Amino acid sequence: MLYTFSKGGIHPPEHKISSDSRIRDLQIPASVVIPLSQHLGAPARPVVNKGDVVKTGQLIAKGDGFVSSNVHASVSGKIVKIDKAVDLSGYQRPAVFIETADDEWDETIDRNPALATVISLESHDIISRIGEMGVVGLGGATFPSHVKLSVPRGKKAEVLIINGVECEPYLTSDHALMIEKGEEIMMGIQILRKALGVEKVIVGIENNKPDAIRNLSVIAKKYQAVKVAGLKVKYPQGGEKQLIKALINREVPSGGLPVDVGAVAFNVGTAFAVYEAIQKNKPLFERIVTVTGKSLKKPSNFRVRIGTPVSALIEAAGGLPEDTGKIIAGGPMMGKALASTDVPVVKGCSGILLLPENESKRNRIEPCIRCSKCVSVCPMGLEPYLLMSLSQKDMFDRLEEEKVMDCIECGSCSYTCPAKRPLLDYIRLGKARVGKIIRSRKKPA
Amino acid sequence: MTSTILYPVIALSALGLLAAVVLYLVAQRFRVFEDPRIDEVEEALPGANCGGCGYAGCRNFAEALVNSESFEGLYCPVGGNETMEAVARILGRESTAKEPQVAVLRCNGSCEYRPKINQYDGVSSCAVASALYGGDTGCQYGCLGLGDCVEVCTFDALHMDPVTGLPVVDDDKCTACGACVKACPRNLFELRKRWKGNKKIYVACMNEDKGGIARKNCSVACIGCAKCFKVCPYEAITMNNNLAFIDSYKCKLCRKCVLECPTASILEIGFPPRKEKTSEGVGEARIEKEKTKGTDA
Repeated sequence: MLYTFSKGGIHPPEHKISSDSRIRDLQIPASVVIPLSQHLGAPARPVVNKGDVVKTGQLIAKGDGFVSSNVHASVSGKIVKIDKAVDLSGYQRPAVFIETADDEWDETIDRNPALATVISLESHDIISRIGEMGVVGLGGATFPSHVKLSVPRGKKAEVLIINGVECEPYLTSDHALMIEKGEEIMMGIQILRKALGVEKVIVGIENNKPDAIRNLSVIAKKYQAVKVAGLKVKYPQGGEKQLIKALINREVPSGGLPVDVGAVAFNVGTAFAVYEAIQKNKPLFERIVTVTGKSLKKPSNFRVRIGTPVSALIEAAGGLPEDTGKIIAGGPMMGKALASTDVPVVKGCSGILLLPENESKRNRIEPCIRCSKCVSVCPMGLEPYLLMSLSQKDMFDRLEEEKVMDCIECGSCSYTCPAKRPLLDYIRLGKARVGKIIRSRKKPA
Repeated sequence: MTSTILYPVIALSALGLLAAVVLYLVAQRFRVFEDPRIDEVEEALPGANCGGCGYAGCRNFAEALVNSESFEGLYCPVGGNETMEAVARILGRESTAKEPQVAVLRCNGSCEYRPKINQYDGVSSCAVASALYGGDTGCQYGCLGLGDCVEVCTFDALHMDPVTGLPVVDDDKCTACGACVKACPRNLFELRKRWKGNKKIYVACMNEDKGGIARKNCSVACIGCAKCFKVCPYEAITMNNNLAFIDSYKCKLCRKCVLECPTASILEIGFPPRKEKTSEGVGEARIEKEKTKGTDA
């Protein structure tokens, strides 16, 4: 039986053209730019100075506050400057610039590729170690993992959900990881399970990756109470709330957290990073990035050091095709077009997509024809057309009442709109403004 | 025969009378007292319902005026001092005169001075574009040119200049209501003191980058060199985050800073042409000069 979520959803063409590509190590770049804000929450505070020599994996910035994360050097070399640099946000933000000298790893990191199966740490230590190693949610939201593992008092995690859905078209980085690093992922799952103290584990994988389902199912047999579940292909199944609904049929309440219904969800990439952090003492300084596009010569999955410029990835995948219209960081649904290829790869960057000119242009915006297609596809049960016009009219009270904060920004509404209305653009704007109002209400200053 | 006319007349009159009595009693019972001065004050206000005062419309503002103790924080930017005096007369209070203001755009990064480095093809709204990225030029502080300010201006005082790609304020129509100040996601509009003859001197830049970077992205950017700060005899200029700011209430329009500025980011508008005392020239002439210098080098 295949699982899926009930409300809304769409079926965009999959285009998983890089799914056969094995993970290749990308050449270490001559210099890296490591942004200090690669996670949700407060930016990290640098603990190194200009001129310092750092080793690969050395801590260069400490998380500032509880919801924040550490940042580590991804190469060894000299710190040239700590300055602002344009990152994936499209804005200049503080970053550490390192000139690569060599690739000398920190001595504490275990570089032995053999699978380490003994989990010696206790739950509490696992969580703090994950925090130290700068592990964040690699599905895209980059929420610090140690915060997610710290279940608030009075709540109890009952089931660990592992997200191998990868519902975004084009992207294959999680897929590649599940094929090649299945054992490690499963070990990471055991660590997360121990940290949370839960028995039941469900790994959700969409049915368009039968090899990944097969691979993980075989490995899962070695462990107790780990279930690998196939899911019907439907976007946005990789959304945390959608996946929880699909797998355990529980609905996360509006404004609530998954743990409110007893679930905690992690991406497979995060599980792998957790394995490396705990068993190999390796901080999060590299990740798998899919570089793909229809006109690209060699669509590939690379293991990339954080801070590598996007241009280096494109070069390694066969160079920029001439017909490129847009370069998108992430997938076509939720990704963001880049203004420049000089921006560095960060922890939350799962893919680089090159769209040809003829596919990248926006369509002309027509008036709303009240077909309510957006309402029927919204996986959160919202009314996108209404949220858009409320946002345009600055009606923030109504926006809040209409649950704009529940929007997961999946873009199904914009995708499906026959009048090509920029629904998500305005909803996102309204969401940002309402979020600001809510935050200012919380702390009256 | 008479009865066919008489009876309906009597019946209808009786009904009418009854309804009148009921209506009178209901009106007495559910009477809502409203200060009659609210109507009077509303009458005195311009009635543009622009929201420049911070209230939803003129009626709301009139209520706020009548219910307030003093006029502190309450001002109709559209009607100005005359209107506020009229309101003060109705309410029997003293009005505090405020100097008239005008909105200025603190960005001069036209297509000519600030080259585009990428193409934006999203929704035509500054707020949306600004939420997405730093903009289609290298400067992440400057005007996005998508006209959110023009959209909100209810007085037809803002227009996009198709050549420069920047909005232009029509000083005569601008009422300093502040709608554009709120609408601009880059906070580029400022309400400044309105001088006679609409004379203006201001730093037309909000770029907080270091000098070299700012200059690279826009030839008329403020590079934070502080030359104007040093030359100003009235302490009207402050330096903050690599950016000069001229306080329009301390400035005496001596124009010394304009001559000092190496990037011509300080604009002087509405002045008669200078006597050619300086070889450098000012404003546009100065920019021309700077440009030719650049090409020579």
